[in-house]
Amino acid sequence: MELEKLLFIVFAVIAIASALNILLQRNPLYSALSLIGTLLALSALYVTVRAEFIAAVQIVVYAGAIMVLFIFVIMLLNIPKDQPQIEKQKALRYLAIPFAGLMIAEMFYVLRWIRLSTLPPVPAGNAEQAVGTTWSIGTRLFTDYLLPFEVTSVLILMAVVGAMVLARREGD
Amino acid sequence: MTNLLLEWVIKTIVILFILVTAVAYVTLMERKVMAWIQMRVGPNRVGLGKFRLWGLMQPLADGLKMIFKEDIIPLQANRWLYVLAPALSLIPALMTFIVIPYGSHITIFGYTIELHVTRMNVGLLYVLALTSVGVYGIVLAGWSSNNKYSLMGGLRSSAQMISYELALGLSIVSVLLYTGTLDLVEIVEAQSGFHGLAWNIFHYPLLILVFVIFYIASLAETNRTPFDLPEADSELVAGYHTEYSSMKFVMFQMAEYLNLITASSIATTLFFGGWNGPFVGRLPLLGPLYFTVKVLALIFLAMWIRYTVPRFRYDQLMRFGWKFLLPASIVNIIISSTVILFMR
Repeated sequence: MELEKLLFIVFAVIAIASALNILLQRNPLYSALSLIGTLLALSALYVTVRAEFIAAVQIVVYAGAIMVLFIFVIMLLNIPKDQPQIEKQKALRYLAIPFAGLMIAEMFYVLRWIRLSTLPPVPAGNAEQAVGTTWSIGTRLFTDYLLPFEVTSVLILMAVVGAMVLARREGD
Repeated sequence: MTNLLLEWVIKTIVILFILVTAVAYVTLMERKVMAWIQMRVGPNRVGLGKFRLWGLMQPLADGLKMIFKEDIIPLQANRWLYVLAPALSLIPALMTFIVIPYGSHITIFGYTIELHVTRMNVGLLYVLALTSVGVYGIVLAGWSSNNKYSLMGGLRSSAQMISYELALGLSIVSVLLYTGTLDLVEIVEAQSGFHGLAWNIFHYPLLILVFVIFYIASLAETNRTPFDLPEADSELVAGYHTEYSSMKFVMFQMAEYLNLITASSIATTLFFGGWNGPFVGRLPLLGPLYFTVKVLALIFLAMWIRYTVPRFRYDQLMRFGWKFLLPASIVNIIISSTVILFMR
């Protein structure tokens, strides 16, 4: 139990530190690399709450595929070191503070019921049916949440077709 | 608890040692097989003192040579990422092997040892996750070297690995439909029937097609000829590791051969019964032997292909991946699920 707590603290610190690093870095490549660090640390946190499936999928999908594309694009554009100055709009900067406050308030409102004990205990004998395993996610996804799942896939298909149409507009 | 921890540590160290040695000798095997296919002799001089030993000490000499090479970091390179990149490609390659079972279990002095480092209920996804992370080493090496050939190699590699990862993942889905689990240990144990010959590829003959797709995609994932575009010598000097020398270069080479070993081990586990074979139930020590033989056979197949088939052109590579392998693996999933639906 103590070991789990220690691991949680270590990976939580890594996740937050690299999340801050995303914002603080000037070079977009370093920001993208920090984001990968955050994703990897988050996936380690998923393992500490016994959600191995989500942890693995997190790495396969986000760290392995989406972030490679990010880095691919950054490298392809190869942004010069002297970036053009971003247009600073003073008014927006002051508007950011209340919005940030609103977001934090919303987060606390959503999380107000969360206690440490909300994770249901693993039923004895059938550990594979616990929350977060492949079995439970697969079963839920294809029974209770079938409609949202299918709608999402149609949405992604629309996005793919849209991207093709936009990319093919010029030329042929 | 401490016993289990100690067992893990010992197993990890042993596996690490075996893997690093295996990599050294797979390079020797590569050179020997290449020489054989090209009707040459290959390295046969380095032995112990007066005994030549068919060149068996060649990897040692290679390693010594590489250690004493000058380690060069280009002036215009991004130092941090340049040093980090070889480690980023070697570490995931070393980490994958812990979930692969290489035997059932043996008993020494009344203490039963399972012949796999650890088991996870998402073992296969763990392997896929690490292979997808391994691409960063190559990409960052290409970018940080500040060399146009390296950059081209890195870009090609990332595009290639993303494209072929899909075919690889989808071909595995067909296997999972039959096995019904992601745990590699369970997948192997399910194939132990009929005197250890109920391998998936015999049991479900449709999987032969899946294996072909899986094997082609894993050759592409490990950047081997005919898919070695990231380091195509004739166009890109040496691709992403053009600027690397000394041990950093060796780390890339080790990662490449480790990936080959891992890919062959996964293929063995999924299609060829892992450590299963005749009499393995009575004599568990045969398990690691069968496993090694099968993996070596698949590695030999990869080398055979390497010295027989010419390299793809870049557009051919992309067309082959997206327009042939990906649809073929999707069709295989549909066929497999239909077969399973009617079998039950």
